[in-house]
Amino acid sequence: MAKLNPKELKYTKEHEWAKVEKGVATIGITDHAQELLTSIVFVELPKIGKEVEQAKSLAVVESVKSVSDVYAPVSGQVLEVNTELSNKPELVNQDAFGEGWIAKIKIKDIKELDNLMDAKSYTEYCKKGQH
Amino acid sequence: MVDFGGWLMPVYYTNVIDEHLTTRENAGLFDICHMGEIKIEGSKSQELVQMAVSKNIKDMPIEKVHLTVMCNETGGIIDDLTVYKLGENEYMLVTNASTKDKDLNQILKIKRELNLNDPQVKVTDISSQTAKLDLQGPMSKYILQRLTTVNLESLKFYTFVKAKILDTDAIISQSGYTGEMGYELYFSCKSALKIWNKLLSVGKKWGLKPIGLGARDTLRLECGMNLYGHEISEEIHPLQSRYGWVVSFDKEFVGKKSLEKIRDDGWTRQLVGFEMVSAGIPRNGYLVFKNTHEIGLVTSGTYSPTFKRGIGMAYVDKEYKDPDTEIIIKIRENFLNARVIKLPFYKRR
Repeated sequence: MAKLNPKELKYTKEHEWAKVEKGVATIGITDHAQELLTSIVFVELPKIGKEVEQAKSLAVVESVKSVSDVYAPVSGQVLEVNTELSNKPELVNQDAFGEGWIAKIKIKDIKELDNLMDAKSYTEYCKKGQH
Repeated sequence: MVDFGGWLMPVYYTNVIDEHLTTRENAGLFDICHMGEIKIEGSKSQELVQMAVSKNIKDMPIEKVHLTVMCNETGGIIDDLTVYKLGENEYMLVTNASTKDKDLNQILKIKRELNLNDPQVKVTDISSQTAKLDLQGPMSKYILQRLTTVNLESLKFYTFVKAKILDTDAIISQSGYTGEMGYELYFSCKSALKIWNKLLSVGKKWGLKPIGLGARDTLRLECGMNLYGHEISEEIHPLQSRYGWVVSFDKEFVGKKSLEKIRDDGWTRQLVGFEMVSAGIPRNGYLVFKNTHEIGLVTSGTYSPTFKRGIGMAYVDKEYKDPDTEIIIKIRENFLNARVIKLPFYKRR
């Protein structure tokens, strides 16, 4: 069973989350996503300073058999990346909403957050996707 | 679940890494019913098989298994397959799922060209009646011994015996696709569920688990074994794909003339194994570079659960085939360091 989706986060249809604090979004993939991917064995982090656009590729997570893009929930500049993931990609599995965070982005346009879902909508969205 | 040659098959039951390590350390059970089985029998059966496959089967004893390839006229690989000699004039060919119909057509074509008629040689596709389970791993002998009276201790590598599993007539072959000691089991599909369940329940105390296609792929790749559609195809010949040892130039078979010419003239790209030096996981279709020029193409790549790093197989220009040659794999926008490695990556102790 996936963990509950924290209320304070915003979510994308591609299963990323964003935590917004003082104009900076911390970004990761959801617990539901890590469950679907199973054991994550590699995370390709973006370069610090990179400008990213909302819904465009920000990072890549790989399981043994799959390669998946992580899309940026908001546009902006990459301020920080979770270098811990280089040696411990399994943190994404163990704590997707916490220690498994991927990058922090300086938000370019706060209005873009309106395109994201809240926890309740995201939880329903995941339920609909299951058969 | 994924569609694999028309069969709906699980990539994993629980987790690819766990299933991989379970097979290496204890035992794994693989549902391989998708593979094809073709029976060839009759007084001229040897003549037909001999012409269809690259390996010389003239002196093959009954109860022996040979790995071989079937080539087209240009020496390209139609399939890699195993030949079982069931009796004096009776063979079973075990083929890949996606290539089975191609193999069958090729065999029937050769039969016509050799002017062999039905009583002399009968070719039957028995795939739909035949179940195949692979039991692989160091504990597999103890598990299977509980379900059969035949002494498994005396069964040698790449030989088989006809025996009962529970009360079902079966072929027990000491062979596999994982690099571990283990068995490939063939029997009527009517008994498949019963034997599958019994093996899992008996095998539980030895750590047996069901294994999906994901771990099947990582296990074979660690052993440098080819996968049809990746390392081999009709555009690839056996000499460049590390299958030279299954080509017997001392007999006639389809593709021999082309292969003799290739052998004498040489070829440009050779299949090699490599490991990543930089962090990254190679995948099928990635390009291989030396400095700034392109020298090859990755055919299979994965994260290796045993070595905990990226490994792969690739075709590279022949001058870069030697172990320890430094090469570069282009992964997305990054050019990452890798090194040619002698295959297999993994050899059991």
